[in-house]
Amino acid sequence: MHTHHETPSFWSTYIFSQDHKVIAIQYTITALAVGVFGLVLSWLMRLQLGFLENFQVLNPGSYYQILTQHGMIMIVYVLTAILLGGFGNYLIPLMIGARDMAFPFLNMLSYWVYLISVIVLIAAFLVPGGPTGAGWTLYPPLSALPNAAPGSGWGIKLMLISLVIFIAAATMGGLNYVTTVLQCRTKGMTLMRMPLTVWGIFIASVMALFAFPALFAGGVMLLLDNLLGTSFFIPTVTLFGQQLPHEGGNPLLFQHLFWYFGHPEVYVVILPAMGIASDLISTHSRKPIFGYKAMVMALAAIAVIGFLVWAHHMFVSGMNPYFGFFFAVSTLIIAIPSAVKVYNWLLTLWRGNIQLTVPMLFGIGWISTFIIGGLTGLPLGNVIADVPLHDTYFVVGHFHLVMGVAAMMAIFGGIYHWFPKVTGRMFHETLGKIHFWVTFVGSYMIFFPMFLLGILGVPRRYFDFNALQYLPPQTHGLNIFITIAALTVGAAQLLFLGNLVWSAMRGRRAEANPWKATTLEWQTPTTPPPHGNWGALPPTVYRWAYDYSVPGAEHDFIPQTVAPAAPAPATPKVSHR
Amino acid sequence: MTIHHGSNGYRELPVTPGRVGVWLFLCVVTMLFAALLSAYIVRMGSSDWHSLPKPGLLWVNTGILLGSSVAFHWAKLSLRQGWARRARLSFVAGTVLSVLFLGGQIWAWVILHKLGYVLSATPSSSFFYVLTAVHGLHLIGGVALAAWVVRSRERFQLFVSYWHFLTLVWLVLFGVIVLT
Repeated sequence: MHTHHETPSFWSTYIFSQDHKVIAIQYTITALAVGVFGLVLSWLMRLQLGFLENFQVLNPGSYYQILTQHGMIMIVYVLTAILLGGFGNYLIPLMIGARDMAFPFLNMLSYWVYLISVIVLIAAFLVPGGPTGAGWTLYPPLSALPNAAPGSGWGIKLMLISLVIFIAAATMGGLNYVTTVLQCRTKGMTLMRMPLTVWGIFIASVMALFAFPALFAGGVMLLLDNLLGTSFFIPTVTLFGQQLPHEGGNPLLFQHLFWYFGHPEVYVVILPAMGIASDLISTHSRKPIFGYKAMVMALAAIAVIGFLVWAHHMFVSGMNPYFGFFFAVSTLIIAIPSAVKVYNWLLTLWRGNIQLTVPMLFGIGWISTFIIGGLTGLPLGNVIADVPLHDTYFVVGHFHLVMGVAAMMAIFGGIYHWFPKVTGRMFHETLGKIHFWVTFVGSYMIFFPMFLLGILGVPRRYFDFNALQYLPPQTHGLNIFITIAALTVGAAQLLFLGNLVWSAMRGRRAEANPWKATTLEWQTPTTPPPHGNWGALPPTVYRWAYDYSVPGAEHDFIPQTVAPAAPAPATPKVSHR
Repeated sequence: MTIHHGSNGYRELPVTPGRVGVWLFLCVVTMLFAALLSAYIVRMGSSDWHSLPKPGLLWVNTGILLGSSVAFHWAKLSLRQGWARRARLSFVAGTVLSVLFLGGQIWAWVILHKLGYVLSATPSSSFFYVLTAVHGLHLIGGVALAAWVVRSRERFQLFVSYWHFLTLVWLVLFGVIVLT
């Protein structure tokens, strides 16, 4: 375990630090910065769709480039990075009572390699031809042939190189998170006493380790198709009357490799968010999480089934109907553990002593957006309903709500919840509440109309709908409405960032445990915790993470470090109320 | 399994974090080769698949790699017995054999190249180069680590596990290449 401290210099303390907390903050700040960039890209797309007559900035090619980059940036470089690299790094060692990650040097390397992948990603905006516009799924032949999509010169190559680098970073991080949870838990911290946040991040890290290699293989092969003229994914193509040298490649093969990564990736994002939301909801309703074991089992079940559903992204690719049947069934089965989790969150809230703090508002926002986003996934998981809805705004609304907004709800809630621990200061409560309400209501105003647009048949990825005669004119009105909502929600995020920066420097000093939470990170000797986290001895754990409102207890929470009262008469397991 | 607690407050584990980390990493590499091999097998199913001529050199290379694995294993056993000189000799032998294997693989590339089977020539040659290159890069990573791992017995044991694993991966790859 890493305990000895070098003479601290500025560089080793803040820049090349091996302290998991500093690395977590580096990951979070970088991911948030990239997130602002992705947000601006979405504004450009919405301005195009809402005000195409007056907004003469994009052309069809640059629209495609922005759409591609927005998707890739948000899913990989923002959500994955912030949930695993940010929350995972900060919370795993603190919540399990470790002094640091199992491999601190590898952990530091993980961040710097991630930063390189971000630099390569952004560099694509500066090269001739710009970034790739082949769609975030990078399907060949669009992503493999010269001049097939905008940015097919340097853009696509830099995108693939950046992804390969990102996978290296994520693997270094993932090895650390999994090993740390398995090997570095403190005395008394059994697996079934771990907070659900740690469970979510742990299982998601295992998934990432098993899913990313498929993208790595696909990415390398696609890069060779691009650079060295191989034909892994390029079939015989005749372009403008000229037969290209490629032949016999199989574009569908890439789709399989991509989605074998791509679908587990959805759960890599959602499982940590589920864990964080569980802890927010339990802590701020002062009640033990309902059905802790079921919650852990549901996370594991989602992870296992999540590896068997990837081809539901390919229902329209002409697959064998029996495959379609299999993948539709496995996809719909995921609804069962997901529903278990939703019921348990609701039953945790039920008759709880609900504190409507900012983190709690986001926790409730998570439940709401996850339900709506998840339920709209059911028709898409069914082959027969998916075929007409495929490639419409229904899909855009679905995945943005369930994976974008819901995950961001958990991330925002988590940032507000742990902000006092990270900085030692409180955030501005009113600004936080404004941020929540604008984001929550505004996100529904953005994405709910998209379900209507999708049912009307508005296709996604289009630059201009004017040529589509079958669309009723009201669709344009809806698009204007969505654009205004998107601009407003985006502006609210600047308020959030301002709140973070201002509060980190000027906010009111926070107590060590402002939410009266039971978990270990709130029991550190100093706030923010120093390098090494604990004083002379690490904490000893005597109970699970959810002893809230225990009948007969002095306070409405008992930290995990509190030993059972010495000659305690065996506390009768009488349920509360 | 009883878990003891050391004076530093942490459990004394039967398995070290380093070992867990390496085994997890082997899972990741397994997934990588599984992805490449499944792509290979899917691609083979197309009607235009042509088999690749197999240079006899590959058999020699396979023997050399097996030899390096044996040498490293022998070094590990000798180290356990406290035979420092024999351990050092077999370690050097293993390293030399690994470099020979890598040289032999490059030579096999040259042979195929001369026959006209360049990277982009046929699907089977594309896959051959990619599979051998990815495998070779993992070996090079191992050789580069070798200088660092000899300083600690545990690291050396993990290195030997990693090496055996890569030999096993090569046997699978070689089997698939020879049979198709």
